[in-house]
Amino acid sequence: MDLDDTPEQSAYRAQVRTWLEQNKPSAPILQGPGALEDEAEILAARRAWQGKLAEGGLAGVTWPKEFGGQGLGPIEQVICNQEIAAAKVPGILDAIGVGMLGPTIIAHGSDEQKTRYLGPMLHGDEVWCQLFSEPAAGSDLAAVQTRARLQDDGSWRLTGQKVWTTNAQFASYGLLLARTDLDVPKHKGMTMFVVPMDAAGVTVRGLRQISGEAEFNEVFFDDVELDAGAVVGGVGNGWGTALTTLMFERVTIGLGSEGMGYNSTRFAGAIAADEHARRDPEVRHRLGEIASELLAVRFTGYRTLTALQKGQIPGPEAGLAKVTIVSGAIKAGDLIADVVGPDALTPDSEWSYMISFLPGLKSAGGTEEILRNTIGERVLGLPPEPRLDKGIPFSELRSKEGATA
Amino acid sequence: MNLALSDEQVFLREAARGALSRFKTLEAAREALDGDTAALPDLWPTACEAGWPGLLIDEDKGGAGLDAFDAMLVLGECGRVLAGIGLLGHLPATAILNDSPSGADSLADLATGERRAAYLPVSPPDDLGGGWSADPASGAARAAAPTAASADGGARVSGELAFVPDAPGADVLVGVAILDGQPVGVAIDASAAGVTVTPVERYDSTRSLGHVSLKEAPASVLDAPEEALAGAWYLAQALIAAESLGSVEVALDVSVAYAKERHTFGRAIGSYQAVKHSLTEVLRQLENGRSLLYYAGWARQGSPAEFPLAASAARSVAGNALDQAARTMISVHGGIGATWEHDAPLYFRRAQLSRRLLGGTSQATDRVSGELILQADAA
Repeated sequence: MDLDDTPEQSAYRAQVRTWLEQNKPSAPILQGPGALEDEAEILAARRAWQGKLAEGGLAGVTWPKEFGGQGLGPIEQVICNQEIAAAKVPGILDAIGVGMLGPTIIAHGSDEQKTRYLGPMLHGDEVWCQLFSEPAAGSDLAAVQTRARLQDDGSWRLTGQKVWTTNAQFASYGLLLARTDLDVPKHKGMTMFVVPMDAAGVTVRGLRQISGEAEFNEVFFDDVELDAGAVVGGVGNGWGTALTTLMFERVTIGLGSEGMGYNSTRFAGAIAADEHARRDPEVRHRLGEIASELLAVRFTGYRTLTALQKGQIPGPEAGLAKVTIVSGAIKAGDLIADVVGPDALTPDSEWSYMISFLPGLKSAGGTEEILRNTIGERVLGLPPEPRLDKGIPFSELRSKEGATA
Repeated sequence: MNLALSDEQVFLREAARGALSRFKTLEAAREALDGDTAALPDLWPTACEAGWPGLLIDEDKGGAGLDAFDAMLVLGECGRVLAGIGLLGHLPATAILNDSPSGADSLADLATGERRAAYLPVSPPDDLGGGWSADPASGAARAAAPTAASADGGARVSGELAFVPDAPGADVLVGVAILDGQPVGVAIDASAAGVTVTPVERYDSTRSLGHVSLKEAPASVLDAPEEALAGAWYLAQALIAAESLGSVEVALDVSVAYAKERHTFGRAIGSYQAVKHSLTEVLRQLENGRSLLYYAGWARQGSPAEFPLAASAARSVAGNALDQAARTMISVHGGIGATWEHDAPLYFRRAQLSRRLLGGTSQATDRVSGELILQADAA
């Protein structure tokens, strides 16, 4: 049992560290003295930095070499993430594209798609967004209603709405899950498309969250034309293609959770800074409960890495860790606000943003309730909830629900 | 990065499960509820046969030379079947002796299990200051640690220690006493004049406990470093955490099995979200506890400065997990789960008592804060 690098990993870490030392001067400064303020400037600088990281082999670490990646494993990705964090430089701008959507195209895309899209994605020249969730299709993603209709000339017409779309406001392309056949059960009638975000009929609208910031968007599609080559993974295979993306989403989240900054060291530091609070029995007890669980998550992460290193698929603990992180951080924000008082809620407080962000994070990537269902069924082997949508054509299902498709 | 069981550790765990499966520990625990403690099997010979008493003793001193994590695996297996086996008291005592050059001679018999030791639990000071303190016989205030006075090459130790795990029947008592204002390790022959061990039973008769009264009891003073004296306290925290999580595993397995077979309103009750989510919550706490066992098991050798934090966090999470698991076990089984017809009350009793021993789960939780505040100050 150890937390050490193997000699190979140690050599890789040194290589990444050296590159970062040499190239740190060209990294954009996003916080503190000298930080960029203009949004367009920030975006341009981050695109350029992603390109630089890609050239240095620090983006697409797990991508195959033929597509510009390094062909390495998840451990090297983690080492790379750790070193980027330690160097206090920004990571890649398009983590969603490079972490989830690119690998989906690598797995299911045509040769033309791979040649056309992967290079510019990796280098940050074209940012991507994930167009999966809808107002009535989140945890039950297979309920998507955005409709793509096949035209006589083989092209498609797309109409509908997506939501929770990070980076849509500056993305060049989106990977979109649409319904293409209403007359088959819901998991069967879907297809995945590449959608140019500058196409006529695409409208992006920022969705402001509790904090006031708009990190997500709603995206509307009004009779958007897509050519036949926009289909990824075959017509009617959208669900299988989406599952690939979701698998990479879990890996991305699992490998990045420590980086969210919801950890015991940070929260304890805030309490330690208050001379009274650090001696207050109630505060200490609450901090102890929160910190113990968050410490557990750190070591759950190491267990996950161990499994990955051995070529195993990470166990249930990875999914449950998300529940622990979010609930622990919510309690920590509450405790710190109790200690600091209303000043914790001023816009420039680091805690204000966290407190505002967490209620939504609880549902991100599937609600906590659905996550608990999934773990109860897949891990504990408990019988599933009875479902009323199995084997029923989507059109009938929708009319059952009292809506029109 | 390697945070997984080695082949040897898997073997150790399987062997422990096999050895303990030869005894009807749960049936005996139920009979003991009625006061028939004679029904409880004597598991010490099994422990000796397996070499568990010497787990933490160096090989050149007659032991197996293994580490805390190995001992935790064995305790986990004991916790699964509520086996009262004497290791919770014995192992931290041997750890102190093993870290004392002067204690080497006494270890051979303790490693084979011919003689049995019990650890006198005294907790080290925290970031708020204060001194070494012992569990009180009653109430919230910590009791004073035993004191020692030098006498003819050794010391005379006086003090009261309540609810000492595995003290009844132990041959030697090993712990900490304050000598001239400094903590020192002491080893006391349990049969010496001035030593009284009064067996006490509380709620869970599978747990052997004793009040230890020392009145100028003759002791040898050990040359263990202070970190080893504090380390024994945290080792005891890690061991009871491991034992508790073993109990959680079985409580969860039994509950899940029942939730699959028991039907209401035409459905297995495990298909209802309310039941499913409560079982998933037990799993969540169990997995958190498991991760912290790895942390504690790694830290004792790999990063000793973090061992107090790791062991305390493991204790905190494991204690809460066992409470949650035992209550969920009862509620999933419905009314029968609250009766002696079922094993659930045995796990519930184990949970209730375990959470109050060795400083209590709650004190471990507070210690996590104390350790993190010290870390923050040092940063």
